[in-house]
Amino acid sequence: MKQVQLSHGGGGEETNKLIHDLFYRHFKNDILIKAEDAAVLQTQGKIAFTTDSFTVSPLFFEGGDIGKLAVAGTVNDLSMMGAKPLYLSSAFMIEEGFAFEELERIVESMAKELEKSGAKIVCGDTKVVPRGSVDKLFINTAGIGAVMREGISSQAIKEGDVIIASRDIGRHGATVLMAREGLEVSADLGSDCETLWPAVEALLAENISVSALRDATRGGLAAVLNEWAENSDVCLEIEEAAIKVSDEVQGICEMFGFEATDLANEGTFVAAVAPMHAAFAVSALQRFGFCRDAAVIGRATTQYPGKVVLHSAFGSRRFLDLPKGELLPRIC
Amino acid sequence: MSELKLKDLYDGFRDPATIRMLAAQIGEEAKALHEPLRIMEVCGGHTHTIMKYGLPQLLPDNIDFIHGPGCPVCIMPKERIDHAIALARMEDTILVTLGDMIRVPGSQSSLAAERAAGRDIRPLYTPMDALKIAKENPDKRVVFFAIGFETTTPMTAALLHAVVTQKVDNLYFHINHVLVPPAIDAIMSDGQAKINAFIGPSHVSVITGAKIYAPLPQKYGTPVVVCGFEPVDVMQGILMAVRQQKEGRAELEIEYSRSVTMEGNVKAQQLIDMYLQPRSHFRWRGIGDIPDSALELRDEFAYLDAEKVFAEVLPTEPIDDHKLCICGTILKGLAKPMECKVFGTACTPNSPLGSCMVSSEGACNAYYRYAGVLG
Repeated sequence: MKQVQLSHGGGGEETNKLIHDLFYRHFKNDILIKAEDAAVLQTQGKIAFTTDSFTVSPLFFEGGDIGKLAVAGTVNDLSMMGAKPLYLSSAFMIEEGFAFEELERIVESMAKELEKSGAKIVCGDTKVVPRGSVDKLFINTAGIGAVMREGISSQAIKEGDVIIASRDIGRHGATVLMAREGLEVSADLGSDCETLWPAVEALLAENISVSALRDATRGGLAAVLNEWAENSDVCLEIEEAAIKVSDEVQGICEMFGFEATDLANEGTFVAAVAPMHAAFAVSALQRFGFCRDAAVIGRATTQYPGKVVLHSAFGSRRFLDLPKGELLPRIC
Repeated sequence: MSELKLKDLYDGFRDPATIRMLAAQIGEEAKALHEPLRIMEVCGGHTHTIMKYGLPQLLPDNIDFIHGPGCPVCIMPKERIDHAIALARMEDTILVTLGDMIRVPGSQSSLAAERAAGRDIRPLYTPMDALKIAKENPDKRVVFFAIGFETTTPMTAALLHAVVTQKVDNLYFHINHVLVPPAIDAIMSDGQAKINAFIGPSHVSVITGAKIYAPLPQKYGTPVVVCGFEPVDVMQGILMAVRQQKEGRAELEIEYSRSVTMEGNVKAQQLIDMYLQPRSHFRWRGIGDIPDSALELRDEFAYLDAEKVFAEVLPTEPIDDHKLCICGTILKGLAKPMECKVFGTACTPNSPLGSCMVSSEGACNAYYRYAGVLG
C-alpha cells in the first residue's frame, strides 16, 4: 500500500508530484493550475469570506467523508449569508503514513461536492507531519462567495418571523457517534452531509423575504435557535412536535441520553422568513430531495426575549437551552 | 436474533393524548386528597423527565415533587473525585469512567482539567470498553472508576468477571457503586423531609426487583410506585400514588410492569454477589456517612482493588462542599434548587459549585436547563 511520507510535504519533487498528480488532477481549473503564490480573483459587488477546519473521526462515515464535509461545510457557510460560493482554498495536514488510496478517495469526493455549487478550489497547501502530530488528516478550507442578497443576519429576525427547519435533525452527530463506537443498531442511518446552495438559491430566486439563515452544525438546532434569540433579542417559540427526528436518531438519543436538538448536522439549515412567505418557502425547499421534510417549526415572539421556548404536544413548555460542554453519555 | 428497532425504546410512551388524559384524571382524583401529595422521585432520571417534559405544569397544585438523592454523580464526595484524579496522575496510567464524572469538580481540579493537562482520561460508553483499552495498552495500567446505583453495577460485575476469567493483569477497579434503599432510609429516618409518597426508578428494579422497596410502605406509611422514565410512565405512576393516598393505602406497586418483577434479574444479582460485597461505610456528598449504602470488592479480589493497590497515592481526608452550596439539603429533600442563593448566578452548569448542577441527572441542572422563569 502506498503511503504519504514526510517527503511529500518537503517542498521538493515528491510534493510537486503529489500536487500535480492528485490535487490538480481532481481540482483542475484555470486559476489553480497557474500555480502562483496566490490566486488572482475577479469578483463584483460585496463578497462573503469564511474559513473552517475539519477534523472528523472516522474520516469515512455513512453518507460522507471528511472531504465532502470540508467542501459542503465552507460552501454552506457562504450560502447562509445569501452568498453564491465561488472560490475555495484547501489546506491538507496529513499524518505521515496515511494511505494514498484514502487520500485520493477524499479528494475525489471533494471534487464531486464542488460540482453541486459550481465553486472552485483555486489555491491550497499541503503539510505532512510526523506520526502522532495529527489524527490521520485535517483539512482547512476557506471560501469566498458573491453576496446575492444583503441583510441576511442572525440579528435581523423580527417578531412574527416564521422559523423553518430544512429537514430532520441530528443525523450527522448520530452517524459519527455510531461509527466511532462501532455500534450496529440500525442500517438506515447516514449523515445529512450536503451542499445547501441550490436550496438557498431557490429561496432567493423566489424572492422570499429571508431574515436569517444558519446551518445547524456543531451544537445542533438548539445552538442556532439560542444564538438567534439572543442576537435578535426575540423569543423563539418552537413546537416540539413539528421538529422532525428520524426513528434511528431518536433511538440513539434514547440509548445515550442525548437530545436530537444538540446533535450536529452537516446538511440541515434553519431559516427565519416573513410570515406571509412561510408556505411558499417550505414548498420551494421541498423541491430538493435533501429538503423534502422542510417544515415550519415555530415563530419569533416577544414573550421571553433572548430565550427559546419549546412547546410540547401535551400543553407544557420549557426552555430549550444551549448544549453544554462535550457530549457525554448519561450514566444510567 | 431479531433486529433491535430503536423506535421500540420510546414509541407510545410520549403520546400527547395519553398524557393529557392522565393529567385530567390526576386532576380529578387529586381533588379528594386531604393533604398535598409530596412525592419524592428518588432518581435523577425521573427529575430529568419531570422537568424536561414540564410535567408539574400539567398537575394540580396539591401535588409537589421533591427531588431525591438518586444521582450517582451528585452524591460523590469530593475526596472520591480526588481519588480519581490521583489515580489519573500516576505514571503510565489510563483512567476510564462514565459520562458526567469527567466534569465534576474535586477539591482542586476535575478529570476534564486533568485531561486537558495531559493525563490519559477516557469516558466510556460502556464499561466493557475498559477491557478493550486494557488489552490494547499492555504496557499501561488501566483504572476503571466505577460509579452508579444498582443499574450500572451489573456491568461492572460483568467486566470484573471478564478480567478474572481472562486473567487480564493491567485493569484495576475503584468501586463507587451505591445503593438506593439505605439512602431513602437515611432521609426518612432523619424525620425532617416531608415526603408522603415515592416513585422508584424502574431501571434499578429491573436488576434488584421491586422487593427492595418492600419495607418502606410499612415503616413510613408511604406508597411506593416503581415507575418507568417516559412521561406516560411518570404520569401513570403519579396517578397510582394519588389513588393510594386517596384510598388510605400505603403499598408497593409496579407501574413499569413491562420489565420489572418483584424478584428482578437473579443472574445479575448473583454475578454482583460473586465479586462485590456491602461496604460498611460510604460518605454521600452533602448527606454524610450512610452505613451499608455502597459496595466494595470482595477480599479475594483485593489485587484488583485500586483503593488497596494504590492506597499510598490516595488522599484520605473528607472534604465538604462549598459553604454556599445547598446540594446536601436538596439531596435530602429539604429544599428545591431555586432556594439556593447561588443557583443560576455563581453556580451554573458551566461553572458549577455543587454536583447537583454539574451532573445532567442533577436536580439543579434540570431546573437550570428546563425551567428557568417558567417555573
